[in-house]
Amino acid sequence: MKINNVILRTASRFVVFIILTLALYLFFAGHNNPGGGFIAGLVLSSAFVLMYLVNDMETVQKAIPLDFRRIAALGAFLAVGTGFGGLIFGAPFLTQVFGHFHLPFFGTVELTTVTIFEAGVTLTVVGVVITIILSISEDV
Amino acid sequence: MGTLNVIVLIPFIAAMFVPLFYRFYRKGFKIHIGFLPLLVALSLFIYLLTYIPSIANGETFLHTVSWIPTYGIEFSAYLDGLSLIFALLITGIGTLVIFYSIYYLSDNEQLGHFYTYLMMFMGAMLGVVLSDNLIVLYVYWELTSITSFLLIAFWYQRKRSREGAQKSLLITMSGGFGMLIGFLMIFAMTGSMSVREIIQIMPDMTDHILFVPAILLILLGAFTKSAQFPFHIWLPDAMEAPTPVSAYLHSATMVKAGIYLVGRFTPVFGGEGVWFWLVTGVGIFTLFWGSFQAVKQTDLKALLAFSTVSQLGMIMSMFGMGSVALHHGYTTESVFYTQAVFAALFHLVNHSTFKGALFMAVGIVDHQVGTRDLRRLGGLATLMPITFTISLIGSFSMAGLPPFNGFLSKEMFFQAAVDITKFGLFHVDTLGNLIPIIAWLASVFTFVYSIIIVFQTFLGPYREERLETPAKESPFGMLVSPLILVTLVVAIFFFPNVLGEHILRPAMASVFPTIASEADLGVTIAHWHGLNPALWMTIGVIVFGALLYKFYKSWRWIYAITPDNWSFNALYDFTLSRGVKVSRKITNTYMTGDLRHYLLYIFVFFFLLVAGSFVMLGAYDFTISDNAAISPFEWILAMTMLIAAISVLFAKSRLTAIIINSFLGYGVAVFFVLFRAPDLALTQTIVETVTTVLFLAAYYFLPEMKPENDSRKTKITKLAISVAVGATVTSVALASQNNRLFERVSTYFENSLELAGGRNIVNTILSDFRGFDTMLEVVVLLIGGIGVYAIIKLKAGKRGEQLEDQ
Repeated sequence: MKINNVILRTASRFVVFIILTLALYLFFAGHNNPGGGFIAGLVLSSAFVLMYLVNDMETVQKAIPLDFRRIAALGAFLAVGTGFGGLIFGAPFLTQVFGHFHLPFFGTVELTTVTIFEAGVTLTVVGVVITIILSISEDV
Repeated sequence: MGTLNVIVLIPFIAAMFVPLFYRFYRKGFKIHIGFLPLLVALSLFIYLLTYIPSIANGETFLHTVSWIPTYGIEFSAYLDGLSLIFALLITGIGTLVIFYSIYYLSDNEQLGHFYTYLMMFMGAMLGVVLSDNLIVLYVYWELTSITSFLLIAFWYQRKRSREGAQKSLLITMSGGFGMLIGFLMIFAMTGSMSVREIIQIMPDMTDHILFVPAILLILLGAFTKSAQFPFHIWLPDAMEAPTPVSAYLHSATMVKAGIYLVGRFTPVFGGEGVWFWLVTGVGIFTLFWGSFQAVKQTDLKALLAFSTVSQLGMIMSMFGMGSVALHHGYTTESVFYTQAVFAALFHLVNHSTFKGALFMAVGIVDHQVGTRDLRRLGGLATLMPITFTISLIGSFSMAGLPPFNGFLSKEMFFQAAVDITKFGLFHVDTLGNLIPIIAWLASVFTFVYSIIIVFQTFLGPYREERLETPAKESPFGMLVSPLILVTLVVAIFFFPNVLGEHILRPAMASVFPTIASEADLGVTIAHWHGLNPALWMTIGVIVFGALLYKFYKSWRWIYAITPDNWSFNALYDFTLSRGVKVSRKITNTYMTGDLRHYLLYIFVFFFLLVAGSFVMLGAYDFTISDNAAISPFEWILAMTMLIAAISVLFAKSRLTAIIINSFLGYGVAVFFVLFRAPDLALTQTIVETVTTVLFLAAYYFLPEMKPENDSRKTKITKLAISVAVGATVTSVALASQNNRLFERVSTYFENSLELAGGRNIVNTILSDFRGFDTMLEVVVLLIGGIGVYAIIKLKAGKRGEQLEDQ
């Protein structure tokens, strides 16, 4: 699928960055505001999908040499792995902890293990969505 | 988490690391990959050895980790005398087998897979013998079946390996499933999942209606796993596995899981007539049948497989004989009958030593000369003297000759078989007289095939032209493990009471907890009992066995009496092929390959189920008076969506249909905005975007849309179904507003800031309160992704067909 669409091409260069930033924002906002790992993952994958739509596959593969299958596996590993974290400290499976820490420059920040769990969700979503879309569209 | 739980988990952790190390190994790392599992097995074995003194003093150990406490499912590791014997066998024989396999398997094999499976098996097997909780035990039990399946099919290029693996899986799994139902029956009777508690409660339950069914089902599990007649047919076919696997799983450990189960449940069900007759009867008949069949085998491994079947039957029958002791509770007479179980435990250990050595010896022969067919072998004694010695000791021990440990336990078995006839109940005084006769007859055949192993492999003429490669003694590495085992065979004969005192006696306390508290159940094993019936039986076995071996040709016709297609194997094959045929026929009637049919099934089923239950339960009841007024903006949105939905039906091209369809999805997102659900609105928008892209990608490959030329009647039916489904969904949505069946849970989540540190309730629910759901969804998503990828990318090419042919 090769499209020669100048407007889409030009616009996508900026739009992709906006989408990526949005994804990052949504990921961290999720704790207290609308957002979260799942949505962030979907937004991220829509950014990738846009890149694939505008450029052809080889170009994107060259620019972002990522194996999305591995990313999906890594995500699931993280999500399940954080569950075992609690077991080490004698707490039930999937116990999440949080605390408020004082960091220089950032001020008081809340750090929580949920972030790792959510990162796992995000990575799985990105990995799976892109894998599915790529394998369907590559199958000519 | 206690150390005992860790023992079970360590092999699994090792299994995870094996593939990692295998990479280094492949890249030219000097140390053989097998040394990692070897180290794990050896250290577990040594660690378990340290428990012997305290277990011998009558202590037991229990460590519990909560798993699903709501249902009483706890990962409790319980170590007592009985589990210690098995745990030591699993790790000890495991160590030797792994060491042996390092030299046995060539570097070209998929060693990474092999050791991963083997470690998983070891963990699962330890889990079986160390679990106190029935459900956990069941999980590990099935895991041993699965790993056994993987190991039998290790050479999956061979058709016979795959069939053998399938057979073992089908038989052991169906037995295991029966066992699970039996466990649930026990739970229904006692309300407990813990074996220790059940032992306390069960004696009052013997009149319960589920009591006998539970016995039958649990024994079904035990019999299938331990290859008891008529389920023994999977074991000979399992010999397609590499020899280390046969030595480990299919003679020393996994097949003994059924015996473990019987031993574990003897205090629960023992003393009942059903239990006694089933365990003893099936055991003794298996003993006979296995040894009888073993004699006619020409493949050395098949011979050993039948001999294992037979020996397992012997151990099983002794557990049955011993169980009668529980009928009266503690009396001096009861103590007398418990000795059968002592003999069973003794023979269990002995069998693992001599049979392990024999399997390894046969593996060496196979490895060195390229065949294990008795018709081609012969005269190897001078060329392979060490292997010959090992086989000689192993076989003579199996035949029950002194000075090897098999002699001692065989004598005790005869003694028990004679003693049981004196038991006054369960009609033992009449039918029971058969027990010593069958036992003796079976032992004659045991003697015959033991002689066959030694004489036909190692003596007689050496015919090099019949062998693949000329015979020479194997490298020392492969001889180490069997040599250790045969040393044990001899050592146990001379010092049997070291074993008896420290390992077998504490196990007796696990099998007979009520009697052991009153009396010492240890038995002093003596080499000489005087000229008692047992000794005469042994002498008779030797004399008649030698005669039968000598005149084998003149009575061989006995095997031809029953036609081949009368065997249980034929029944199995028939059931399997018939089952496949019938289910294919049934499946073909409704799996038409037409998407419209599938949708039809789903919708009709949905309609019948939901609308049906609405009508049956009278749940259709709603009022809309409490609802907020519908604003004009919502009207407009709803109308637009309606129009979009209807216009999809008239779309001429797929692209139009997709785009109009996505209109619906975005419309729902706008509704979420209107109802102030930003999280949902966000998710819905993005999901809609991504799925639209997916649709586009998928539809690209579809042919042009064609107008449907259905008859008027079909069209009306379809219309009726879609209207019915739509109406059902609408009424469910309306009715669910009015029926509040459960308490509101939102009050609990309102504390999300204190409990989970987040202000976004939706997300704290997703990732914290209900984190388990999310985690599993992530895993499901991954599995789905892998599935799509595999279906599209990994089509079976020509290579796949080649595999089928071999």
